[in-house]
Amino acid sequence: MKKPNKKIRLPETEEGGTLFNLDPLIVKQHYEIDYLHSYAQDSPFFAGLAKGVLLGSECRNCNYRYATPRKTCMYCGHETEWFELPATGRVHTWTTCYYAGEVFLKETPFNLVLVEFDGVDTLFLSRLVGVETGEISIGMEIRPRFLRNSRFKATDVYFVPAAPDGEEKK
Amino acid sequence: MKKVYLISGGVTKFAKANTAMDFRAMVRDAYDFALAAVPSLDPAMIDGSVISYFSDHFSRQLMAGAMVHDFLGLCPKPSRRVEGGGATGGLCIQSAYEDIASGRMKLVVAAGFETMSRVNTWKGNEFIALASDTNFDFPLGGFYTGYYAMMVARHMHEFGTTPEQMAMVAVKNHGNALHNPFAQHPAKLTVEDVRNSEMVAWPLTRLDCCTMSDGAAVAILADEETAQKLCDRPVLVKGVGTGTDCMRMADRPHGEVILLPHGKKEDYENLKYPGVHSFRAGRMAAKLAYEQAGIADPLEELDFVELHDAYTSSEIQTYEDLGLCRYGEGGDFVERGAPFMEGIDYGLNIPEKGKLPVNPSGGLLASGHPVGATGIMQAVFALWQLQGRIGKFFGDDTLQIKNAKRGLIHSHAGTGTYVAVTVLEAAR
Repeated sequence: MKKPNKKIRLPETEEGGTLFNLDPLIVKQHYEIDYLHSYAQDSPFFAGLAKGVLLGSECRNCNYRYATPRKTCMYCGHETEWFELPATGRVHTWTTCYYAGEVFLKETPFNLVLVEFDGVDTLFLSRLVGVETGEISIGMEIRPRFLRNSRFKATDVYFVPAAPDGEEKK
Repeated sequence: MKKVYLISGGVTKFAKANTAMDFRAMVRDAYDFALAAVPSLDPAMIDGSVISYFSDHFSRQLMAGAMVHDFLGLCPKPSRRVEGGGATGGLCIQSAYEDIASGRMKLVVAAGFETMSRVNTWKGNEFIALASDTNFDFPLGGFYTGYYAMMVARHMHEFGTTPEQMAMVAVKNHGNALHNPFAQHPAKLTVEDVRNSEMVAWPLTRLDCCTMSDGAAVAILADEETAQKLCDRPVLVKGVGTGTDCMRMADRPHGEVILLPHGKKEDYENLKYPGVHSFRAGRMAAKLAYEQAGIADPLEELDFVELHDAYTSSEIQTYEDLGLCRYGEGGDFVERGAPFMEGIDYGLNIPEKGKLPVNPSGGLLASGHPVGATGIMQAVFALWQLQGRIGKFFGDDTLQIKNAKRGLIHSHAGTGTYVAVTVLEAAR
């Protein structure tokens, strides 16, 4: 049998660790990941945002209309059809966020709204842009705008106050 | 179904950060506390466990439940993890209840924990918001306080609820917690203190919101024979109910109110329900629990409620879901003082003080909210109330409700996506 080779060693780096505390020992652990995320059956909704179209889904069996994508109707189970949501809606409820999840902190303050549409049974969650907290009220008319450079996220659409007289319409 | 009893419980002191113990050691601490209260319980008698923790992101350890079970010395007995957002702990209790009610087991440990201090508060908010639809809700701000703020803004619009009424909930719960040594945030507050604290998402200020916590809680459940053998004051699980709603609050219907036994349809002729102002899951859970427990009027038949007050607003909304008052009257219910403790001076003029104490322990707002432990903590505090042992375990009997016979615990997830309601009753 060969003698153990005392020269066998793992190669070492100079990375070290980040320490927050010694007793107890608290170290930094990093974690990061990219997902291959499919929007799957909801893809037409996100593709629609890129085309400046806001799609809801309707059940032609029970005539229930959703302001969000739902592949099948929650009441009767029938497959829904896409339809274009009305050009304007109203603030059903709202808030202004002064804090947020870490990745959104840099965007604060921002307004959130749940939007109601005539002839549609459910609501749509979005951001409301271009108004201060004191200027927002339940029932106010708002309309969607779309990012020109789509990021294929729910934030590709946002809402603004419906055009007052004189302002150009899209 | 077999009768199921709560026989013991233990809670760690909830803290913003408990870095001296990992999740296993915290649960072990709460477990040892629970065992010490029933000295004739030989751990060899335990048939299995149900372990609950909410977030794989906070723990970054899959199968942490198996590690807890191992650390409690319960291998190779059966165990499983139960998870359901904020309702994780309440669902864990109900899952352990099912083990015994079904006859599968006679003695079960329900244990929960959360270790939220492993990330900063705003990353923690992001993690929590992953419990909203990650395609449609999360990208808007990743912030539960924002969702709850929208819900209460609609509640204010529908019913005239005020931020000052919400602030009274914070005054009550933080004030109660002054007498609870396990609580994270005891404080004597005024309505002005709450309204003047930092705005988080209008109209919710920092003191309208619960905080991040590290902590663990354990409850031990048993069948009748075992409970009577091991425990001098067992508490009967009289009724369980669970309800659900659409993950996206945008998808919630605007239909008819689900009526409780004492409700009347004509009270709600113009109310579109649940919309985003009310929690249909909470109403459904209450209805099922009341039916099983034989409760016709909860305000008269319950002696206290420990409910999921992640926000002052959701406590007010939950009074209504539980039928402690009608829909729309939650703000008035707190303003009249009904959910306050009789023996505590809150510095408020509240004529109906002591009618039905809600969150005598201080609730989530003041006790803390280590998510997977919270619903179990409620069960433990309710057990001690019904055993008449608040003084023994708190070292102060201010929060002991005299002759408490029946209590309700309420554990709530998401934007009202899962809710678990359990009715407990003193057995002797």
